[in-house]
Amino acid sequence: MYTELNSILSSTPDSFTQGEFILVSDRQSDASFLIHHFLSFYLRARCRVCFLGLVQSFSHYNAVSQRLGVSLAQAKEKGQLIFLEGLTESLSFLIPQETSTESQAMDFLRDPTVSLRHLYEFIRTSVSSSGGGGEGGAEEWGPPVLMVDDLSVLLSLGVSTGAVLDFSHYCHATVCSQLQGNMVMLVRCSEEEEVDDGDDEGSERLLRGLTHRCSLTLHVQGLPTGYCRDIHGQVEVCWRRRQGDAQNTQRKLFQYKVNDKGASFFARGTSSAVL
Amino acid sequence: MAAPVNSVVKVLPEGSAVSITSFQRKTRGRLISIPGTRPSVQNGQLLVSTGVTSLDFLLGGGLAVGTVLLVEEDRYDSYSRMILKYFLAEGVVCRHELFVAAAQDNPDDILQELPAPILDDVAIHKPAEQPRLSCEPQNSLDAMKIAWRYQNLPKVQSALASSSRFGHYYDVSKTMEPEIRQAAKCHRFYLPEHPTQTSPIHSPMLESYSLLLKSLQEVIQREGFGVAGPMLKSRNILRIGLHSLGSALWGDDLSYHDNPKYRHALTTFLYGLRALLRSSLSVAVVTVPSHLIQDRALMGSITRLCDNAIALESFKGSERETNPLYKDYHGLLHVRQVPHLNCLASQLPDHKDLAFKLKRKQFSIERLHLPPDLSETVSRVSRGELAGRATVASACGSSTSGNKHLDF
Repeated sequence: MYTELNSILSSTPDSFTQGEFILVSDRQSDASFLIHHFLSFYLRARCRVCFLGLVQSFSHYNAVSQRLGVSLAQAKEKGQLIFLEGLTESLSFLIPQETSTESQAMDFLRDPTVSLRHLYEFIRTSVSSSGGGGEGGAEEWGPPVLMVDDLSVLLSLGVSTGAVLDFSHYCHATVCSQLQGNMVMLVRCSEEEEVDDGDDEGSERLLRGLTHRCSLTLHVQGLPTGYCRDIHGQVEVCWRRRQGDAQNTQRKLFQYKVNDKGASFFARGTSSAVL
Repeated sequence: MAAPVNSVVKVLPEGSAVSITSFQRKTRGRLISIPGTRPSVQNGQLLVSTGVTSLDFLLGGGLAVGTVLLVEEDRYDSYSRMILKYFLAEGVVCRHELFVAAAQDNPDDILQELPAPILDDVAIHKPAEQPRLSCEPQNSLDAMKIAWRYQNLPKVQSALASSSRFGHYYDVSKTMEPEIRQAAKCHRFYLPEHPTQTSPIHSPMLESYSLLLKSLQEVIQREGFGVAGPMLKSRNILRIGLHSLGSALWGDDLSYHDNPKYRHALTTFLYGLRALLRSSLSVAVVTVPSHLIQDRALMGSITRLCDNAIALESFKGSERETNPLYKDYHGLLHVRQVPHLNCLASQLPDHKDLAFKLKRKQFSIERLHLPPDLSETVSRVSRGELAGRATVASACGSSTSGNKHLDF
């Protein structure tokens, strides 16, 4: 959890907006540091978190969260965190074996033309079961949070963009609208912006479709002027608030630097390296 | 920094043994202590050398065990193949096990071309671990003796030398002696030897890739490289070299179709490969002929599914060969991706203008030119003073002294 980002987004673990869909995207840079921020943020806010870790192993997320002061292993034991480790789940589908006792959540790997229905079923049961793991209701958790890291890997695994958009719509309806929880999704785009409109399939289309639905976007980019060791890139924060009938959009641009135990955000051109 | 991390690691319950992957924290890395590995100074991961010392430096000390290095091939696949051979040769010298897969050349041919380790390294390894070699006594006879009294000491000294230096040096003009090569245990996967039948199931994966993945998993399970498996008394590293994935010979149509039928075959394979490596003591180098793949978005998703990615751009056959700027080099090296593993901040290279050259005996990566000095550590004041002093010294009047007003 980065306090600077909290003050930018004007949210604290004690008070944050519910029913929000936060989209994190990146281009020519790595936005996964924001995923770690939101993971530790919601765990501290005592939310019940369902995390789809599709690209990294659990120990990776755990090691990073240790540095941010949150223990994933403990949260998992307490039933606060439900972690789906995509890498270990996928192996039994990619290498067919005789004994298959695994869950059905990743079964789109066997045949990607089928929808992501089982993955959604997994999310729905884990999100809506309110404290089923804790015996006697020892701990009461706040609103549910769904986090996905990252959504675009589903496209690499052969799922069509339409299916991923459907999936995210279902999740949005269940988590944000029905249960008044929050949702954080990461989409990673290819290096350069696609200018040709003929090939409309892929992460660009996914990004556009999700941007249309979300309430807050954090778009991470590399510096337009090129690589720099001391400024890792820029984040464009864009709020879309619906107040009454009018929809007002607000944009802010920050540069950031990730360090060992957090990240610092500053206005453009005010890095300590150039001042 | 290490102390809090260690204490936190101990807190972890023992029941989570299944979810433990190959990213070793510093403590566990010391416990295992496999030859040819060392813990990273930055985040305590277990590292192995790529065999190219300058590439190790570029990757932040070496390749982390459990990760994939993607090498985008140069146009004639000469230098990327060399990096692959370096990686395998380092495995032979460090007594790691190898897994070589290829569709074009027989893996045995690749193994026969491994570069020879430079002599002092051979002298370290031969007496200690291979006393029965026939050529060894002659070498020791020929070697000049400085003082006979120290005859029994070199073992200790050489061990120190090898521990302080990570990786070995190789002579690419010679090939490795067959005795050394055959001492290493090597698993081969040559695609033409594995009959592929078209599968009736609608699978995103090509048959060739799933065969490769299956045989990799078999090797990892059989030889005990899995982290979750029973702890053997001696653990070893499996080095996986996969040559020219995505080329037409693997049955892939990425390289010659605008709209490939198996668009997701390679990315799905790489996802499976990552899943295998994360739960085992193995490390992979994959070369991909990226110049054949026109779709940059696809190449981007291939890159993101590997942990490290570098691209080689050879000057061979391009007009840059005659450019005086590049006269000392054989090509450019682009760092496409650096890993974010077990840590928030990744080890970023100082700058990205890098070039490689093949010296007479050695492949090395150098910086093409120095970057502008814009780091936080540089003191701006002194530079301003220097500039002011320079204007005074040159005494070229009011035009340059105007700069002083810009200082704030």
